[in-house]
Amino acid sequence: MARGGEDRNQRKGTWQPYAMLAPGMLWLLLFFLVPMLILLRYALSEPTDRFSGKYELTFRFANFTDAIGDFGSQFLRSFAYAGIATVLCIVLGYPLAYFIATKGGRYKNLLLGLVVVPFFTSYLVRTIAWTTIMGDNGPLLAISDGLSLTGLLDALKITTNGGMLQTQTAVIGGLTYNFLPFMVLPIYVSLEKIDLRLLDAAKDLYSTPRRAFWKVIFPLSLPGVFAGTLLTFIPASGDFVNAQFLGGPNQQMIGNVIQNQFFKLNDFATAAALSFVLMFIITVAVLVYARLFGTDELSV
Amino acid sequence: MSVVPARVRTRRPTGSIVLAVYAVGVLVYLFLPIITIVAFSFNDPTSKFNLEWKGFTLDNWADPFAKGQLLDAMLYSLWIALWASVVATIIGGFVALALSRYRFRGGAFVNLFLVLPLTTPEVVLGASLLNFFVFADTPFLERGFRTILISHILFCVSFVSMTVKARVRGFDWTLEDAAMDLGAPPLRVFYKVTFPLIIPGILAAALLSFALSIDDYIITTMVSPVGGEPTFPLYIAGAFQREISPQINVLATMVLLVSVTLMAAGPVIGLLRRPKAATAP
Repeated sequence: MARGGEDRNQRKGTWQPYAMLAPGMLWLLLFFLVPMLILLRYALSEPTDRFSGKYELTFRFANFTDAIGDFGSQFLRSFAYAGIATVLCIVLGYPLAYFIATKGGRYKNLLLGLVVVPFFTSYLVRTIAWTTIMGDNGPLLAISDGLSLTGLLDALKITTNGGMLQTQTAVIGGLTYNFLPFMVLPIYVSLEKIDLRLLDAAKDLYSTPRRAFWKVIFPLSLPGVFAGTLLTFIPASGDFVNAQFLGGPNQQMIGNVIQNQFFKLNDFATAAALSFVLMFIITVAVLVYARLFGTDELSV
Repeated sequence: MSVVPARVRTRRPTGSIVLAVYAVGVLVYLFLPIITIVAFSFNDPTSKFNLEWKGFTLDNWADPFAKGQLLDAMLYSLWIALWASVVATIIGGFVALALSRYRFRGGAFVNLFLVLPLTTPEVVLGASLLNFFVFADTPFLERGFRTILISHILFCVSFVSMTVKARVRGFDWTLEDAAMDLGAPPLRVFYKVTFPLIIPGILAAALLSFALSIDDYIITTMVSPVGGEPTFPLYIAGAFQREISPQINVLATMVLLVSVTLMAAGPVIGLLRRPKAATAP
């Protein structure tokens, strides 16, 4: 992007850029790359015996297939929850971003601020607040009671036996809520870049507003949707906070499993293998998604 | 001919109203938990769990630091966030400067290396760091303050580099040459030209790091000693099992107020300073 123009202003570096990069790169090397390699080592290791907590590198690739075999349902659930939450984030976030970008006027910054402000409080406190909102005596169920919707919500699997906590609704709802700004902001940025006179051009060519939106605006905003999807889907599929606080035993996601393997079962090899399988699936999903919907413009 | 535009014009307002109502609805949704948190800071719970509304009281606000451990956890988090954001901003800022200021071999590789930690799920980052610290098995890397700080700096560095890089993108570095041609010594060039241009990006990056660090739970819980001194998020997670006091809501509300004030103050300070500072492109 604008490579040529940037190059012209840049200077030719000899040793200076490397000196400036050194501390940061060293940190990443030491505390990202090396730990990843050690994680890989554990993923290919076996415990020497049941209780010592020592592992031996035996190149046991079956750790990976075991991980998928034993926790396939949690993997499926994680990606299903993350996928649904991502779609919900687009459905909720796109119109909001569109409203701010096109109708915000001089209140644009204020409205953007309102999107970000809720996330100035602690992630966990926010998530726990949802247990109050969705709780058995909370406002959501009171409203559905008042409207006599309880039966309908049960039938739609939104509630289970009239309750909302410890259901998939709660976990997906929590994920959607917690990652919504990561969808709104990139979509807003890409909408903001669009020349709105394109809409007038479309109108002059007798396009209806709806058609102008779908044919002109939406395709141009896809880089934002793409970036937002990555920023939502990747952390959501590895999240264990929402499942831990809002879900029950039947809503465990793969993040919860990895954490349990470390801290409850002390099984470092399985936890490491699970981590790599999770990363592998995410990478494949992102590459496929990029091939299908992606654009060259990733850096929003 | 005129039929189509007429139809367009009559349809437009309803669409706009629907969009506005929808957008306001989503904003209300975003604020539901915030309203709950603030409201429940005035709750008078009968049990140890401040999760159901019982009655209005000001007691919690009169004694916000009644829970000593809660305050300790908050201070511990602030301390870690301070160090993490300072170190990450310095080393990440230099990475961003090097990338945007110079042409050199390996720039693309550095960019890729920077993005990788951001595209790795937190639980995997946490797992790798935990395995690393366990594997290293030295007193220096025993799980505690140092391991938490190392991990926080790690996930902040990439964010800092990206933020600063985005802010200085397209900046004409030959301005520095111009200043030097006019006889400015290097320090003065930095102070008068470079620094005013990069400072907004640096500040934004530092604030972002601070916010990320103080709120991190997933990685922190994996690199902390079991039963050790808790950060604020770790304290909250533990409290969820034992006792959710209204003081948690009071502190959360205070943090919210401080953040909103800072955010509102930013543009105001910017407005006051504008005549003096060099205007960025």
